[in-house]
Amino acid sequence: MTQLPTSTDRKLGLVIDLDTCVGCHACVISCKGWNTENYGAPLSDQSAYGGNPSGTFLNRVHSYEVQPEEGAAQLIHFPKSCLHCEDAPCVTVCPTGASYKRVEDGIVLVNESDCIGCGLCAWACPYGARELDAAEGVMKKCTLCVDRIYNENLPEEDREPACVRTCPAGARHFGDFADPDSHVSKLTAERGGMDLMPEQGTKPVNKYLPPRPKDKMEEIEILAPLLTPIAVEPKGFMAWLDKTLEKV
Amino acid sequence: MHPAPSVIIFTSVSGLGFGLLIFLGFGLPAPMGVIAFIFFALAYALAVGGLMASTFHLGHPERALKAFSQWKTSWLSREAWLAVAALIVMALYGAGLVFYGIAVAPLGWLGAFLSLATVYATSMIYAQLKTIPRWNTPLTSLLFVILSLAGGGLLAGQVPIALALLVGAGIVQVAYWIWGDQALEKSGTNMASATGLGGQGSVRAFEPPHTGTNYLLREFVHVVGRKHAAKLRIISLTLMIGTPVLILSMNANIFLVLIAVLAHTAGLFVSRWLFFAQAEHVVGLYYGKR
Repeated sequence: MTQLPTSTDRKLGLVIDLDTCVGCHACVISCKGWNTENYGAPLSDQSAYGGNPSGTFLNRVHSYEVQPEEGAAQLIHFPKSCLHCEDAPCVTVCPTGASYKRVEDGIVLVNESDCIGCGLCAWACPYGARELDAAEGVMKKCTLCVDRIYNENLPEEDREPACVRTCPAGARHFGDFADPDSHVSKLTAERGGMDLMPEQGTKPVNKYLPPRPKDKMEEIEILAPLLTPIAVEPKGFMAWLDKTLEKV
Repeated sequence: MHPAPSVIIFTSVSGLGFGLLIFLGFGLPAPMGVIAFIFFALAYALAVGGLMASTFHLGHPERALKAFSQWKTSWLSREAWLAVAALIVMALYGAGLVFYGIAVAPLGWLGAFLSLATVYATSMIYAQLKTIPRWNTPLTSLLFVILSLAGGGLLAGQVPIALALLVGAGIVQVAYWIWGDQALEKSGTNMASATGLGGQGSVRAFEPPHTGTNYLLREFVHVVGRKHAAKLRIISLTLMIGTPVLILSMNANIFLVLIAVLAHTAGLFVSRWLFFAQAEHVVGLYYGKR
């Protein structure tokens, strides 16, 4: 049903560390691999080796340049997938009941055999987390690798989402946000984990850890007075040129 | 938003059809026999034709019946129910007029109310979306409803009422455009809130996730058509409102009224094209676009 549960027993989701992400896109590839080979319709590509390649992805990595008021600009890699919102607007708009939020763990899923491919859920999602597969005509979205996390056929260390398992930088963490002692809850509390577009009122479960402030080199006060400062004023011909150009 | 022909035809043509049904339901006009049949056939062709068009953009139209199940939360589902209810009630009312020459007035009123509710539900499919600030306003519903009524009045040949509604629709349309142009800025959603990085400095999209395009960009970031928006608004107003108002103000013959109807419909298509093409989805912000 497309009525959202008032509360869920657990709140499974991801913490994404923007300080640690190196922008390697390994999570994108492992996500595409796992979700193409396993549960549901494969994530198709169109013209994959042609002139205008395009395809379905459940996880995409953006890169942003942030220019502080002072100091150097910073490049921040920004992985984005479904945030499994508590107040998921994509679920309530679904006319068929294909979209739902699970009471037991809060994962937002699509029952593909009920999906008519109207696209309204993708319209309702502010994060671009849902993509209509061009080959299958059904809506695809992150399942939080529901077919891995409970899969007893996998070794225990593999029972986490493919993106988390594969991240070489340790920038992605999977856990239960309903448990205040879980490592994702602690990380969020320690590092000031934030919501994306909080004004949209979606109450996302996934949290993003902001980049830590850049550290500064302390001035070495013992030797500094002994060093002759390097002349900043030009001399000779350059001084003359500088002066003349100032006058012009 | 991508201005798909299917949704443009769906919203505008079904709006005209249900608008005409509203007038027929209130007995404006209350024709009998063959004339009634022609009016109802036109109304049903428009309403049903529009609804059929909406199924063209579905990935799985064969499962369309499932869309009736979630009326508790989904405006799309409510619209499906209301449309079917309106069409059934008006068919009974119309059958009375066409075959028995009797007008069961309460049935007509109920059908008119359901038709109005259908148009409102259609508008709410768009107006409910917080992700598209330009649509997320009661003005969207007002615009859809008043355009449907104005078109319906024009088709029903109710000159004084249609004139008033057309002028009203023109005012709402202009108000909607003026309000809409500031909607994204006023919504408070921007690149800073989208990335959560606003506190650290000014945010610029440096590199998109892929070199190629994708579903999100095709569906939500339709920038190409926006450059002629100002001209298209004038064209739309002239055809949709100006021409029919001018013709109805004169003592026009049936041929001129037909031209008024055609002009109104053409202008309505342009207006609806702009409704989609100019709508900015907040997901565009992640791509540094709007």
